[in-house]
Amino acid sequence: MIHKLPKGWRPILVLLLLFIGWEFTVRISEVPTWLLPTPLQIFNELINGWSSVSVHLFSTIQLILLGFFSGVTVGLLTAFILHNIPFLKESFYPLLILSQNIPIIVLAPLLVIWFGFGLLPKLIVITLVCFFPITISAMDGFRQVAPELFHYMHMAGATKRQLFWKLELPFALPSIFSGLKISATYSVMGAVISEWLGSENGIGVYMTLSSSSFRTDRVFVAIFLIMALSLLFFIMINWLERFVIRWKAEGENHGAS
Amino acid sequence: MELLKMQNVSFSYRDKQILHDLNLSVKNGEFVTILGPSGSGKSTIFQLIGGIQTPYMGSIILEGEEITGDRGHISYMPQSPSLLPWRTIIQNVLLGQELQAKKDYKKADEMLQRAGLLEYRNAYPHELSGGMKQRVAFLRALLSPQPIICLDEPFSALDELTRQEMQLWLLSIWEQYKKTIIFVTHNIEEALFLSDRIFVLSAKPARIKQEVVVPFLRPRDEEMLFTGEFLQHKKMIHDLLRKG
Repeated sequence: MIHKLPKGWRPILVLLLLFIGWEFTVRISEVPTWLLPTPLQIFNELINGWSSVSVHLFSTIQLILLGFFSGVTVGLLTAFILHNIPFLKESFYPLLILSQNIPIIVLAPLLVIWFGFGLLPKLIVITLVCFFPITISAMDGFRQVAPELFHYMHMAGATKRQLFWKLELPFALPSIFSGLKISATYSVMGAVISEWLGSENGIGVYMTLSSSSFRTDRVFVAIFLIMALSLLFFIMINWLERFVIRWKAEGENHGAS
Repeated sequence: MELLKMQNVSFSYRDKQILHDLNLSVKNGEFVTILGPSGSGKSTIFQLIGGIQTPYMGSIILEGEEITGDRGHISYMPQSPSLLPWRTIIQNVLLGQELQAKKDYKKADEMLQRAGLLEYRNAYPHELSGGMKQRVAFLRALLSPQPIICLDEPFSALDELTRQEMQLWLLSIWEQYKKTIIFVTHNIEEALFLSDRIFVLSAKPARIKQEVVVPFLRPRDEEMLFTGEFLQHKKMIHDLLRKG
């Protein structure tokens, strides 16, 4: 019997059990809805309120995509520049790490003061949380190029440019994709946080409104939508990776062969 | 006509003398082997010809032009195949050419056909055995536009049987294209079996101890390995290396 179930049945079963447990616990202990709604109530709210939620949802998706692309661009450019100019790497690497220690919650209102309520401060927030994993993973990828491949390329007379495009970049691709996956999930969180700054639409806005009016069921709708978006985004990057990196043997580490 | 000449080349690395006053020349279409004990600086000679390292004395001349310290004048086959894992076999074969000039798919396909590798044209390196990968690496070097190929102990990682098979294959391909080859090895039999001339190196610092002209006719086959004349030569070179 077990063999006929779909591949991901274990996590699905766990989730299902969790929801069932939640539903019954809340019902039996008669917790009021504004304190903790049951999964069924949350699901109902999602269906009934879809017309208003969907507006927020699509606005957030748009923001995520914009922010993600800006984060990827900045991340890859930073990696490229730091990798090719060693003295810049030496000088800026610590700063890069420090940039990740800035508490976004504190920085966000400042960004609004500096740049207003437009798109720019939001993009800055998302880019800030997104670029770091990509920069680090790309730089690691560039650095780990197998020495014998380098040796061959040098002996064959490859120029610095050829070395980068024909060797370092393709070699770093699997590593870059690891960074992309992390950034993809970060970008969803980044988008929601940036919407708290002040925005007309967006899941972040919907969440704050619901929270302040004690519509806990709607808060949970927002939470589940954010989770779903992260997951979806992750799966899409995964799929793209499989499409781009077709040369890898099953279970093989990237290396020289 | 002399294609490549190394004149009075001396090289040291971190104050250690590696090569001392090296002189050798290679004629067009020749198969020349540099034979020496492990760690004698054989690969260093290639690094000098390839321009990755620069000698502190002497010069390297290719087709009458000085190329000392200059890269990209030779094509190269390293000890490990060093194929790019994300490229298909045909794309790997074309790599050496691509770095210097335009890609010639027609010639590459024809070469794959002659080398018996056409069925792997669109496979990835990880799908091939060690010997197959080395064949691809050799074709890559053969297809590169430079006039001379440097082979750096290309078969040392293979088992004995595969190695012999590869040597025969190499000769059969080489006899069709007659490109100039410099081959580096520590294996006496391999050197005798493959080459026209052998330069025997001494241990550190490496000098050329003797030049041996190999008298065997081509095409050669495995039977040659068991003739008295072959064994005589083998012993002679063995004694040469022994004396240090």
